[in-house]
Amino acid sequence: MPSITLRCHRIVKGSGEGEALVSKDPICFYLADPKTGVVRERGHSLTGKSVAGKVLIFPTGKASSAVQMDGLRKLMLNNAMPKAMVVTDVEPVLVSAAALLKIPLVDKLEKDPFQVISTGDLVKVDATNAVVTIDKRE
Amino acid sequence: MFLSKEDEAILAGERGEGVQRAMELLVAIGEAFDASKMIPVTRAHAAASGQEGDLFFVEILAKGKAHCKIPTTTNPVVDFDYFQNIMDLSQEHEEASVAWKVKSYYKEIGAVMSQSCTPYLAENIPQYGEHVAFSESSATPYVNSVLGALTNRESIQTALASGVIGETPEFGLHLQENRKGSVLVRVNTELRNAYDYSILGQYVGKMVKNGIPVFEGISERPTIDQYINLCAMMNTTGAIPMFYIPGFTVGPTTLDDAFAGSHPDDKITVTGHEMKQTIEDLQTTNGNIDLVMLGCPHYNLDQMEEVAKLLDGKRLRPNVSFWINTSATTKLMAERTGYVSVLEEAGVHVVIDTCIDMFCYNNFKGKTGMTDSPKCAYYRRFSNVRVGSLEECVAAAIERE
Repeated sequence: MPSITLRCHRIVKGSGEGEALVSKDPICFYLADPKTGVVRERGHSLTGKSVAGKVLIFPTGKASSAVQMDGLRKLMLNNAMPKAMVVTDVEPVLVSAAALLKIPLVDKLEKDPFQVISTGDLVKVDATNAVVTIDKRE
Repeated sequence: MFLSKEDEAILAGERGEGVQRAMELLVAIGEAFDASKMIPVTRAHAAASGQEGDLFFVEILAKGKAHCKIPTTTNPVVDFDYFQNIMDLSQEHEEASVAWKVKSYYKEIGAVMSQSCTPYLAENIPQYGEHVAFSESSATPYVNSVLGALTNRESIQTALASGVIGETPEFGLHLQENRKGSVLVRVNTELRNAYDYSILGQYVGKMVKNGIPVFEGISERPTIDQYINLCAMMNTTGAIPMFYIPGFTVGPTTLDDAFAGSHPDDKITVTGHEMKQTIEDLQTTNGNIDLVMLGCPHYNLDQMEEVAKLLDGKRLRPNVSFWINTSATTKLMAERTGYVSVLEEAGVHVVIDTCIDMFCYNNFKGKTGMTDSPKCAYYRRFSNVRVGSLEECVAAAIERE
């Protein structure tokens, strides 16, 4: 299957690639296991799945103003950070953590990422050049 | 984004590495949100957590010789003196050392050591129309909607960067056109107390996710603790930096004005059914408890009075401990007014400067805690959780007569 290339809007520059992990729910990184990146939050669409090394596709960040950064920093210290993040509805707390920890972050894909990207696809986020490339798994 | 000559000099590192890194962060945020310029802010609140992410940035600022330019208050971390005297924390060396460093660095950069998560009640009160940078889940919506100041949903780090620079990028809620309601919330259930407002906030944040709710059907003016709880919970389960209750919150007095003439993106209705379901989703048990944890957000003086009245002359059950987290300012007033002696007589710990999500409460791993705060249930250090109103928490903790 040919790969799909989509333009996007750069929020935090850099580039990262990995297996896609799609979450329909907003993410609070503090509620992931800091050592493994496994989401522990009850009733979350990612419960039991690990964010480590993944390209995350999710709507937006959530939760209080401190913990997003604490959660991601702990993942970073354990080498369990996501490789890149694609969101549909950007909010400043997530941006600030991504900017400080240098995690590539984009929004405004030219197609709805929830329609185009499925968990398991190989996704490359080149935030610096505002391009996302998707290799479908099938 | 347009930057002044001074801002350019800061960004180039001519004023030291601390402010340079702060300016870099503010510029990155400004560019992400297409801000055209920076604007002055006159107060900041950094929701210091005393954990790794917090340490990462405040250490950069302190080592880079940055200093707060505007009043910048701080969140609770932990009252080391208090806990060292009452429990063995030797197992918690790692977390304690991070928290200790964080507190020292905040002091070093000239932050106000309020160590309160409700600074807008006493230590740092923005005025109507004042542009500020307030992080902390309850603080952001409270400052926008109850006080009528203007702040974005800040992280600790962006608030702290604004504290040392005295500016923020102009975008989002600093611009009037972005302050209109986006979702209509019909409240078809009775809100009897501060706990009901917590449950309402818990549900609304989860449903709205990211937006500005406008409430219909709230007929009585919320009390301060009810506002605080609504703000804290909405902005924990969701990213809700502002809301309207037309007629009570600052600004519009009608639904139409709150939406500024446009149609809401969405409508949700909250009935007794959603309230009950929200409570059931929060609890892991409704059985016996080992402890009660109150004060997330920090209890205010009215709540201290309420809990003192409920516990006056009562005794806690053996093996049940009872914790109230509050600010140093509130505790001082509560001491002078006589509430603290009543509470301590009953065996309650009245703790200042401390967050429920801190290593000092790690000893409760494996235990069952009860709280009136869904946010505490969300971030809890104890294992099993029961939720209920303040009255229900007290009833579960005291001996039957």
